[in-house]
Amino acid sequence: MSRTVTIEPVTRIEGHARITLQLGDQGEVQDARFHLTQFRGFEKFCEGRPYREMPALTARTCGICPVSHVLASNKACDHLLSVTIPPTAEKLRRIINLAQITQSHALSFFHLSSPDLLLGWDSDPATRNIFGVMRQDPALARDGIRLRQIGQTIIETLGGKKIHPTWVVPGGVAEALTPEKREAMLKMLPEGLEIAKRTYAFFKTLVPKFKDEASHFGTQDTLFLSLVSPEGNLEHYDGFLRVKDARGHLLEDMVPTWEYERLVGEAVEDFSYMKFPYYKPMGYPQGVYRVGPLARLNNANSCGTPYADVALAEFHMLQESGPIASSFHYHYARLVEIIYALEMMERLLKDPEILDTRVRARARSNRDEGIGVSEAPRGTLMHHYKIDDDGLVTWVNLIIATGHNNLAMNMAIREVADAYVDGNNLQEGMLNRVEAVIRCYDPCLSCASHAFGEMPLVIELKDSAGLVVDRLSRG
Amino acid sequence: MTDNPVSATPVSDKKITVATAWLDGCSGCHMSFLDMDERLVDLAQKLDIVYSPLVDTKVLPDQVDVGILEGSISNEADLHHAQEFRKHCKLLISLGDCAVTGNVPAMRNPFKLEAVLNRAFRETVDLQPQIPTVGLPALFRQVRPIHGCVEVDVFVPGCPPHADAIFYVLSELLEGRTPDPNKVTRFGA
Ligand code: SF4
Repeated sequence: MSRTVTIEPVTRIEGHARITLQLGDQGEVQDARFHLTQFRGFEKFCEGRPYREMPALTARTCGICPVSHVLASNKACDHLLSVTIPPTAEKLRRIINLAQITQSHALSFFHLSSPDLLLGWDSDPATRNIFGVMRQDPALARDGIRLRQIGQTIIETLGGKKIHPTWVVPGGVAEALTPEKREAMLKMLPEGLEIAKRTYAFFKTLVPKFKDEASHFGTQDTLFLSLVSPEGNLEHYDGFLRVKDARGHLLEDMVPTWEYERLVGEAVEDFSYMKFPYYKPMGYPQGVYRVGPLARLNNANSCGTPYADVALAEFHMLQESGPIASSFHYHYARLVEIIYALEMMERLLKDPEILDTRVRARARSNRDEGIGVSEAPRGTLMHHYKIDDDGLVTWVNLIIATGHNNLAMNMAIREVADAYVDGNNLQEGMLNRVEAVIRCYDPCLSCASHAFGEMPLVIELKDSAGLVVDRLSRG
Repeated sequence: MTDNPVSATPVSDKKITVATAWLDGCSGCHMSFLDMDERLVDLAQKLDIVYSPLVDTKVLPDQVDVGILEGSISNEADLHHAQEFRKHCKLLISLGDCAVTGNVPAMRNPFKLEAVLNRAFRETVDLQPQIPTVGLPALFRQVRPIHGCVEVDVFVPGCPPHADAIFYVLSELLEGRTPDPNKVTRFGA
């Protein structure tokens, strides 16, 4: 009797989703699918809006990484204006982006995933959450809260609001930095770096414990896509596209971001509101690739800040050679990036140019098509707009970080399900591992639901006629 | 035990149970909830989050003191969630502009649903253009705020409401008072 196991909602991820596992006669996994169940339709309803509204509007795709959308959107607008923004404005934009990477990675690691890592995948689901972590290891929970707070406070200091700030504008930023604000931010960074280093050291002690999970959590061959700096180093704001294969060969390098359509195609499957981007030259679905912290570290020659480069060298030792394959190590990569972000923010804030008051280029629209690409915490984010002569938007496409990982996430849940799920003896912990692999990717389904949607966990066993024969719910 | 210390404690010391869900929103309102930062640690002494995207419970308990909904009602699953929350929560809070007014999700209302879906899944793709439907909640033609479908007790506007506003609302409830969120937040805040 073939059966379907549904995990709904997938919890401790951002957004709404469902996982279905199709089981065969012997209880073996035959198919695994990750469904996004929310859809909003930004591509359509942005139509007719003045392009200057786009940053504030598209920020509402996501409350975790609104700054990423604000940046990609403003970069698309800079492109429409045909301006190069003042150097200080670029540095300030970089700082707010790094602050967001810090807070978003902290959220992913501490609030969402640390319950699995600390309390265990098979622990009681009633306490397997950040509040359970507060009881078990209050110091770690406080570190997580504080680190996220530091990121959020820097965003607020620069942008005026922690969530959905409007300070970044087409052509630059709305206001120059004051010395007082610079001091206030610089004061917080050493504490943040201490927390990040402490957490990184602690996580390294956990890695050997999770060897088994690491060898099954999304280890299949994929390509890696990310931005890199002109020197080929870690980059989150600008730069060029790089694609590496699973063996570490460069397939694409120094591709200008406005040529993204040559690299990335999008397909639709009938079971998800999330589209399936693929690497065009290889076709679908062979052109599966991963983005985000793991891809960025695999693609970068170096980080360019002292402590992060030490950590990057250690990251590469997780495997004998080649790009790090296991998606479990997204967690590792995230911690390295937090260290990098804190070091880099300090460097940028100490730059004498950072207080320069020329922070905005003013122009009308000078082009009818604009493309903005940046690295969101979860991966490469692409905003593409077309406008008419009045500056009203006629066409929009957004390719979201989480979307790029869609094919890879579907492959990963299949791999984990094959390794851990026994259809004849279902246990909650097995299914939590299937969810946990998704947490490695830290999907942002609000983002993904700009066009796609929702994640929940009720497991239903259905017979081939679709009748529910058994039901296991987490509660 | 004859002298049960639990029953001896005042009612206000009993933990209140809280359930939260995001419907069609951006999760920003939940992030603002987390922006209460270290106040969360103290709050956790006084209230229990029994159901939420932040915890692993997959089923809403039968009796919950406070339900908090972010986002608007855009599809069948959202409506189902809102109805379940109304049924099982003594007090229901609409958190954020999407829940209170429809906000950004409702911007698709002037367009035909088919046009919105076609743009996303046929006109901007390279392969297999089609409208996904398998195992997915059907979309409503019109996006509605929460109170467009079920009765709401407390409205907390803002996009998102500031963490201080959320803290104020919860603190008032913990004190047994009815909060007046208009004192601390507004639309678009
Ligand atoms: S009200 Fe604003 S912050 Fe809250 S879910 Fe809606 S768009 Fe996001």
